[in-house]
Amino acid sequence: MRFAAAITEPTRTPTRRQTIKRMLAAAALLTTTALTGIGIGAAPAHAEDEIRIGVIYPLTGAAASTGVELKAAAELAAAIVNKEIPAPPGLVAGIGLPNLKGAKIKLIFGDHQGNPQVGATEAERLITSEKVVALTGAYFSNVTATASQVAERYGVPFLNGESSSASLTQRKFKWFFRTTPHDDLFVGNFFTFLGDMEKKTGDKLRTVALFNENTLWGNETTKLQVKLAEEQKFTIAEKILYPAKTTQMTSEVQRIKAAAPAVIMQSSYLGDAILSMKTYKELGFSPKMLLANDAGFNDSEFLKTMGKDGEFVISREVWALDQAERNPLIKQVNDLMQKRSGVNFNGNSARAFTGIAVLADALDRAGSTRPDAIREALQKTDIPASGLIMPWKGVKFDANGQNELGTGIIVQVQGGQYVTVWPFDVATKPVVYPMPAWDGR
Amino acid sequence: MTADILIQVLVSGLLIGLIYALVAVGLTLIFGVMDIVNFAHGEFLMLGMYASFWAFALFAIDPIVALPLTALLLFAVGVIVYQTVIRRILKAPMLSQIFATFGLMILLRGLAQFFWKPDHRLIPHSLVSGNIALGPVQFGLPQFVAALGAVGVTGALWMFLHRTRLGTALEATAIDREAATLMGIDGQKMFALAWGIGAACAGLAGGLIATFFPIFPEVGSNFILIAFVVVVLGGFGSVTGAFLAGIIVGLIEVLGGFLVGPEYKTAIVLSLLLVVLLVRPRGLLGKA
Repeated sequence: MRFAAAITEPTRTPTRRQTIKRMLAAAALLTTTALTGIGIGAAPAHAEDEIRIGVIYPLTGAAASTGVELKAAAELAAAIVNKEIPAPPGLVAGIGLPNLKGAKIKLIFGDHQGNPQVGATEAERLITSEKVVALTGAYFSNVTATASQVAERYGVPFLNGESSSASLTQRKFKWFFRTTPHDDLFVGNFFTFLGDMEKKTGDKLRTVALFNENTLWGNETTKLQVKLAEEQKFTIAEKILYPAKTTQMTSEVQRIKAAAPAVIMQSSYLGDAILSMKTYKELGFSPKMLLANDAGFNDSEFLKTMGKDGEFVISREVWALDQAERNPLIKQVNDLMQKRSGVNFNGNSARAFTGIAVLADALDRAGSTRPDAIREALQKTDIPASGLIMPWKGVKFDANGQNELGTGIIVQVQGGQYVTVWPFDVATKPVVYPMPAWDGR
Repeated sequence: MTADILIQVLVSGLLIGLIYALVAVGLTLIFGVMDIVNFAHGEFLMLGMYASFWAFALFAIDPIVALPLTALLLFAVGVIVYQTVIRRILKAPMLSQIFATFGLMILLRGLAQFFWKPDHRLIPHSLVSGNIALGPVQFGLPQFVAALGAVGVTGALWMFLHRTRLGTALEATAIDREAATLMGIDGQKMFALAWGIGAACAGLAGGLIATFFPIFPEVGSNFILIAFVVVVLGGFGSVTGAFLAGIIVGLIEVLGGFLVGPEYKTAIVLSLLLVVLLVRPRGLLGKA
C-alpha cells in the first residue's frame, strides 16, 4: 500500500520525509523481487520430487468410455515409471528417473469432453495453475489441435500419443511431438502391402476400386489414394463416394461388381460397413481382397453383428493383442493392465501408455524439468523397437515432431479374431488369399 | 454394360422400391385421413425393427414369424400416440402439429438410445437367409421375402379400405370429415384407427427389413426422407399412388445410382421431388 501511494503521488520537489519514504519503498520492491526470484529458483528443486504432467482426455461425454481406458493406461505407465509396479525388463521408462534423483511423476488430468474449446481451456489451466512441465493427450485430433496450440504459446512440450490426423505435424510447431503414425501413413501402407502381396503370390493386384463414404474422412482418404495409386502405378477401376446414411447399397456394389477390380479399398462407418457386407453377399460378389480402412470394420460391434460373414476382411490397425505372441513385453504389460484395470489393451490405450513412457524417457534424459531441456531431450529420443509394446520400428522424431519409425499393421479376421498378417516380419498368421467366395465358405 | 447387369439392377430397385412403398403407405394413410404429417413415422419403423430384434433375442422368435405380433404391437403404439398426443392438437395450427410429431420423433429416438444403447444390432440367423439365383440374376432371399411381404400388406390394406365396411368408413372420413360424421361415423374412432394402421404398416416394414438391415435408434432417419418423396410423388393420401411411387423411386434410385454414380443417388431422388412439386404438385394419384 505504502509503495502504491508513493508512485501515485504527483511529482514535485521531494521533501526529506518523502525521500525516505521512497527509499523505503524501493527497498521493499527490491526485497519482493529478490524473494520472488528465490521462489522461482526454488520451484525446480521442489518439482524434482514430484514432476507434474498434464494429461487431457475425454473423461465425460460421448467418448467417456474410451477416455477412461486411456486414463487407466496412462496411470499404469506412471506407476511403472514411479516403480510402484516392477517393470518388465527392457521396457522403455522402466528404469524410472535416475537422472532426476528418483523423482516421481504425477499425472494431473484434464477433461475436454470431446470439445476443442474445452480442451484449450484445460491446457491453459494445467499450464498456468497446475504448473505442469509437459502435456499429453488428447485422443481426438481436433482437440489435440487446439490444446497443443496453447502449449505452443506457453512454450511447454506437448506429446501426443494417439491422434492420427496428418495435419497435426504439418503445422511446424516447435513444442509438438507425436509418437503414433498418422492417417497418410496408414493409407500408404495399403499400397506397400499390395506390392508385398504381389511378390508373395505372383498375382496381379493392380486394379483397385475405391469405395469410401462421402464425409471429410472419406474424401480426404480418396484424394490420397488416387495420388498414391498414380505414383505407384495402380489402376483405379472404380471410384465411389457414397452417402453414409443410406437405405440400400445395391447401386454401389453393382458398379463395383461391373468394374471387376482385384481389390476393394473401403472406408465405412459401422452401419454402412454392415450394409455393404450384406449387399456383397446378396449379390454374390467377392473380390480377391477387401481392404478396409479401420473405423466401422474394426468396431467391436462389427464382428458381433456380422458373425461368420465378417470373416476374411482385411483392415488396418495400430495394434493387436495377438502381437503378444511375438513380443513378450506386450504380454507382460498387458497382464499388468489386466491385473490393475481388468481390461486388455487396445490400439488406443496401448498408444496412450507408450506416450507417457516416451515422455518419461525424455524427462530422465533431460535431467531437468525446464521446458527447453525436455524439448531437447524429446528431439534426441531414440528408442528401439525392443523397448516398446507397439509394432513400431522404434521412436525417433523428425523436424516436425513426427515419430518417423512408427508403422501400422494390417489385420485380417480369421476365426472370429483380428490377427496380424502384415508387415510379414511381425505377422502371427499368413494372409488368407484370395478371399473365399460366399458360396465356398 | 450387359443386359444381365441391367436386369439385376432393375430387380434390386424393384425389391427396395416395394419396401419404400410399404413405409410410405402408412404415412400417406395418416395424412389422407386427418391432414397431419407424421414426422415420427420413421421411428415407428425403428420400433418395429426393435420389436423383431427383441422377439428374436429374448424368445428366439424369427422376425417373419413375429410379424403379426409386431403389427399388433405397433398398432397399439399408433393408437396410444393418437390418444395421448395427436388428439390434443387436432385443431391446433399446422406449425404446432408439425412440432408435436417432430418432438415425438426426437423422444422416441432418445428413448431407444437410452434403453437399447446406440449400438448397431443385427438378427444373425433368420429363417430367410441366403440367395436365390435366377439365371444371371441374383438376389437375397430376405430382400425378396420383404418385398413380397410389402406387396401382401399393401394389397391387404387396399382390400380393407375398399371392400370392408370399416375401411370404407375410413375412406369416407378421409374424403369429407363433416359428411362422414353426419352419416354416423365416429371421427375420433376413425382417426385412432388410421394411426393404428399407419404405425402397424411401418412396424411391418421394420419387421420385414430386420432380417437384413442393421438395427439402431436412428435407422428411421435413413428411410423417412425417401418415404416423404414417395408420398409426394404418389399424391398425398393415396395408398395406390404411394405403392406405385415407391416402386418408381426405388427403380430410379438404384438405376440412377448405377448409371450416373452412387454419390448422386440421393440427389437424383430429391430432384424428382422438386420436379413433382413444380410440374404436378398433386402427385400421380392425389386429390386435386
